[in-house]
Amino acid sequence: MSDEILVMRGITKRFAGVTALHDVTLSVRRGEIHAICGENGAGKSTLMKVLSGVHPHGTYEGEIVFDGEPCAFHGVRDSERRGIVIIHQELALCGQLSVAENLFLGNERARRGFIDWNRTNHEAQALLDRVGLRENPTTPVNDLGVGKQQLVEIAKALSKEVKLLILDEPTAALNDDDSQHLLDLLDGLRDEGITSVIISHKLNEVTRIADTVTVLRDGKTIETLPAQGLSEERIIAGMVGRDLEHRFPPRTPDIGDEVLRIEDWTVHSPAQPDRVLVDRATLTLRRGEIVGLAGLMGAGRTELAMSVFGRSYGVGISGRVVKDGQEIDTRTVQAAIRNGLAYVSEDRKRYGLNLIEGVQRNVSAAALGKLAKNGWVNENEEFSVAERFRRSMGIRTPSVSTQVGTLSGGNQQKVVLAKWMFTDPDVLILDEPTRGIDVGAKYEIYSIINDLAAQGRAVLVISSELPELLGLCDRIYALSEGRITGEVDRAEATQERLMQYMTRGQNS
Amino acid sequence: MTTKTAPTAAAAPTAPQSRLSINLRQSGIYVAFALIVVLFAFLTDGALLQPQNISNIIVQNSYVLILAIGMILVIIGGHIDLSVGSTVALTGAICAVLTVHWGLPWPVAVLLTLLAGALIGAAQGYWIAYFGIPAFIVTLAGMLVFRALTLTTLGNQGIGPFPDEIRSLSNGFTGGYLGNVGLGPLGGADLVSLLAGLLFVAGFALSQWRKRAARLGYGQSVDPMPLFVLKIVGVGVVVMAVVVQLARFRNLPWVLVLLAALALGYSLMANNSVFGRHIYSIGGNLQAATLSGVKVKAVTFWVFVNMGALAALAGVIFAGRLNQAGPTAGTAFELDAIAAAFIGGAAVQGGVGKVVGAITGGLIMGVINNGMSLIGAPSERVMLVKGLVLLAAVAYDVWTKRRA
Repeated sequence: MSDEILVMRGITKRFAGVTALHDVTLSVRRGEIHAICGENGAGKSTLMKVLSGVHPHGTYEGEIVFDGEPCAFHGVRDSERRGIVIIHQELALCGQLSVAENLFLGNERARRGFIDWNRTNHEAQALLDRVGLRENPTTPVNDLGVGKQQLVEIAKALSKEVKLLILDEPTAALNDDDSQHLLDLLDGLRDEGITSVIISHKLNEVTRIADTVTVLRDGKTIETLPAQGLSEERIIAGMVGRDLEHRFPPRTPDIGDEVLRIEDWTVHSPAQPDRVLVDRATLTLRRGEIVGLAGLMGAGRTELAMSVFGRSYGVGISGRVVKDGQEIDTRTVQAAIRNGLAYVSEDRKRYGLNLIEGVQRNVSAAALGKLAKNGWVNENEEFSVAERFRRSMGIRTPSVSTQVGTLSGGNQQKVVLAKWMFTDPDVLILDEPTRGIDVGAKYEIYSIINDLAAQGRAVLVISSELPELLGLCDRIYALSEGRITGEVDRAEATQERLMQYMTRGQNS
Repeated sequence: MTTKTAPTAAAAPTAPQSRLSINLRQSGIYVAFALIVVLFAFLTDGALLQPQNISNIIVQNSYVLILAIGMILVIIGGHIDLSVGSTVALTGAICAVLTVHWGLPWPVAVLLTLLAGALIGAAQGYWIAYFGIPAFIVTLAGMLVFRALTLTTLGNQGIGPFPDEIRSLSNGFTGGYLGNVGLGPLGGADLVSLLAGLLFVAGFALSQWRKRAARLGYGQSVDPMPLFVLKIVGVGVVVMAVVVQLARFRNLPWVLVLLAALALGYSLMANNSVFGRHIYSIGGNLQAATLSGVKVKAVTFWVFVNMGALAALAGVIFAGRLNQAGPTAGTAFELDAIAAAFIGGAAVQGGVGKVVGAITGGLIMGVINNGMSLIGAPSERVMLVKGLVLLAAVAYDVWTKRRA
């Protein structure tokens, strides 16, 4: 048998016009822990979905050889049968069912169609012992914390006689103790001969546990390095090492006085009220300024933005929002809008648009009152407004009555931006404003953001793409594990520096 | 050629085609209604369109149509109301107690009954909007609770008779204030009814004309002139045909006047008021509406208050029509109202639907009921056909959406 348990060669995967993976190569040695690093959107998760059959054979190019045999998986069941198990970032457990039921879901310990409960619970107990989880197999999964749920997922993988375990950001949602336990467990599984592939943003964990590191960037394999003696800086260099092209419209900043300050902002998780998502964050925005907010997945960027905007997310929120020197009320979305805030969500289809309505009604949705007299909407005025934004922002649509759901991503994003521009805000928070948008449309969105700043508004841009922040922003905050870990001016900002701040943990 | 389009339409070659297909989908329901009317007119040898029968169809279905107006708003908002049948019974009983037992003057009694309906809606709206219980559950509970309260109120027996004014609201007709005019071979017809019909058509034409002029003034695309004229002539002919038939019989039913006012008012509200728009945005995308500053809870609450008040109105009319408030009144009305809304083009997920569509949906079922009973079909067959029509209407809607 060969030394390599898995070889993926020349993997190319395209989604409607976007190439997510381009000729990617990955080879994993038997019995090692192989880490895959890369920025958000580098293609890590897509690669793992190709491997596990989520993207079935035929939807990608290239070949996969597992355990010496070529593979053509048509679904997750196929890959699991071969011993490849993927544990996703969002855990796939049924909360109301017991630990034991979850462990054998779809793989029930049954006799003639009836569940053999004794065998189920007995085998479940053995699996829980293996992963070091001291819980009763009959406990509902909802009663366990996220860390323990993660262990249940791993136990479930072990029940399927896993040969290759893939973990996507396994520690992103865990506290330090739970992370520690999980990493120790992976160490132990390695000794049992189980190969693991982990995707992680936490580079200190990667250097600690991995034997080999593969770096992806822009859907391509950049390098595969032995982890022995590898520094975090070296990994970062591989992750970000692209040059900034001329992808950003020119702009001369004209920055005025401070307009908004968020002080000591703290947010707790709605699912686990004792978990802090944003920890005493303080940041300021000035008129005409574009400020970036950098952070890895799970750093608390969206949580910070949505909690400020009408407490739309999180519980146990404390802190002050000060605008033009006076504390303002942002406890409801209505109050936040009234006080000149706007928030453009990272998920425009879910949180930004009414896809079954036309452009016109979407543009007016957040400020319908401006078009109404005594509660009656002037539809002709509304049309003019929509038409004005259609022209000024270059929204490509057959007409302003066209259903927004039929437009392209870039044009949908322009509609959302138009909706918020019509509320005439002083401060705009743009959460991943160019996610899922092609390069040309990105340039247009950047121009719109520049225009907003030129009009004297303050813009806070949240982005996973560091080059975007560097190309767009006057100043960038870095957020890590809910805390502002750094603030860098445009002149001094580099990807390496930001990445260092972004990966800085609580205890480093 | 008087076709005028916005200057922008030239840049979009796909516009005319998509516009046409949208029109087709929206007008499908009206075409279907027309075909059903023609079919039954043919099957009943014209009996369906006799003056008295037209009057019957309107009067017999008025309460379901009123419920359908409230129900379409509930469904657009992404909810459902199963309690309206029981609410009809309870409010009918309340109205009976107020007028028959307590002897209150009829306007006061009707007003108090509407208020009671609004309170019923508010009670349910509270649990749905502010407490977050699905409307299906809350109104299912309401269906039982309000039926029980009806029985308690009535002491398990009917209460009647109602004052004449309430009865004429349900069954009565406008008076022949100006006498009759001769219509040649059609015989005599009530002048007031004819004038009211003409006034309605003239008002419709004028408002459409002004709307068109305003849209042109803003550079928006409008229907080409021939189509515009055709639409107005079409509506005018249909309205006048119905009015003439009614005028030949016993003038306009009061409840038709009421329905016309409700249909107009609620259509305007749904399309052009901030409140109406917020209902659509909540049903279209709840999260987006919330993040756009729509007061989602308050809007949901008031939608149910409105449903309760309209159910009370239907309750008064239904009780007045039977001249008695009975314990089984309104049974299964909720199903008729819901079916009317879905036949009329509402979407199960919410966010889509029109008041006029719901009324048309209700009339389709009314005509099927009436036409089939005229040809002597047994009631089980009527039920069968209505069920299949509901399924077909929604299947057509899903199919056109999938194709789009």
